[in-house]
Parts: sequence; C-alpha cells; structure tokens
Amino acid sequence: MEVPILKQGGFLIATVQAALTDADLLHLRTALLERVVRMRSRGVILDVTALDVMDSFASRTIREIAHMIRLRGAETVIVGIQPEVAFAMVQLGLTLEDVAAALDLEEGLEYLNQKFKSATT
Amino acid sequence: MRVQIASDSDIVAARSQGRTLAIKLGFSSGDITLIATAISELARNILTYAQQGEILLKSVDGSNRTGILIVASDKGPGISDLRQALRDGFSTSGSLGMGLPGVRRLMDEFEITSEPTRGTTVKVKKWKQWT
Repeated sequence: MEVPILKQGGFLIATVQAALTDADLLHLRTALLERVVRMRSRGVILDVTALDVMDSFASRTIREIAHMIRLRGAETVIVGIQPEVAFAMVQLGLTLEDVAAALDLEEGLEYLNQKFKSATT
Repeated sequence: MRVQIASDSDIVAARSQGRTLAIKLGFSSGDITLIATAISELARNILTYAQQGEILLKSVDGSNRTGILIVASDKGPGISDLRQALRDGFSTSGSLGMGLPGVRRLMDEFEITSEPTRGTTVKVKKWKQWT
C-alpha cells in the first residue's frame, strides 16, 4: 500500500494508513528520503493518526527515517499517535525519543515553522 | 483460527484476524490495540527467528469471564537461555530483543516453552474487563 506524500511549502506530509506491512514501511523510508532530496524539503510530518499498531519494526523504521532525514538537514515530526497505541508502545518499551512528536498536523506544522524561523533569524 | 506466518504480510493478517476476534468478543478499543500489538510482536519473532510458524487465535472462557487466547508456535531454533530472553533489554538480533517482556506486560497471562532446535511456543491470554 502506497503511503501518500504531499508537499506543503518546504515540508512533506506523509499520511500513513492502517494495516501497514513491513514492506510498506521500508518503501516509505525510501520514498521519503528520495522526496526530501528532490524537493529540498526542510521538514517531514509523519501523520500516524490512522495507524492501528506501532510495533518494534515500525518504531525502528520511523527512527531510521528521522535519522536519514536529519542527515539531509531536515527534521521529522510524528503526529497523531493514538492514546492506545502510545500506551502499547510504552508497555513494549518502544521509544521514539529522537523523533519529535506533536499532537496533530496543525501543531506539527507549527513546530516545523518555529524551528526554521529560529534557524534563519 | 490459525494464521500461517511466513512473510511480513502474514504479520498484518494475524493482527487483523486478532483484531476481528477481539472486536467480536467485545474487548475495549484500548485492549484491542494491545492484543493486536502483542500478536504483531509474536508473529514478528516467528519470522525473525524461525522464518515460519503459526499463530492460533481463539476465545477462552474463565470462571465468569471471556478472553482471547493467542498461541504463537514455530519449529525454529528455540531459545537457549529463556531467562535472558525474558529479561528486558536482551537482544540477539540488534533490535529491542524479542519483545517478550513487553508482550508479557501487554497481556494478562503469559507462558513460554522453548527447546533448542525443537522450537518455541508462546501462549498468552487477555481477559475482557467487566466494566
């Protein structure tokens, strides 16, 4: 299942659907990096509102995505983690500590805008 | 209900079957997520360590409650040091380990048998809370 990636100004927004397979996640990792490079994006928002399960593979792949994107000088923000998913992640000991998180798309964009405003002043 | 695990799309299939059963049994949405997450980790272990195996899903009846039983089994290499594997932070594949302590925390009952070269079976149960 292809994850749609939209361009919003200097940022990319990837909206994850439910029932993401491992292969889908790896494909997303490649697609996002390629897009960040091609569009010279400064930030990526990963919207996981519809993601029903965050397991160890998903959390590891998301951290890899953030790391790769950071090496391109861009920032990743994950938004929309459902409360039950957050609970399950904590029980499983999965942290996304090196990935910024925001409540929703709006706050994610706000976060990225603030980050780049302070970087350019 | 049995789901054969041999590829990463089978992990999603097992999760979704588990979710369907949990919904049918009337679990809360929070518990459904925990159940689906536990199934995902167990199925993933099968794939990572044994390449193939099976997840069995069924409802169980307790003295005055209903629950879900998940049995993840494989005929893989087995776990040579169970105590290590059940301790947080242990890993042989560079990941967060087998996630077994985590799965144990997500579920209400947890049982594991493993024999080197013979395989591994993990049995977990979650009971529906009466509100």
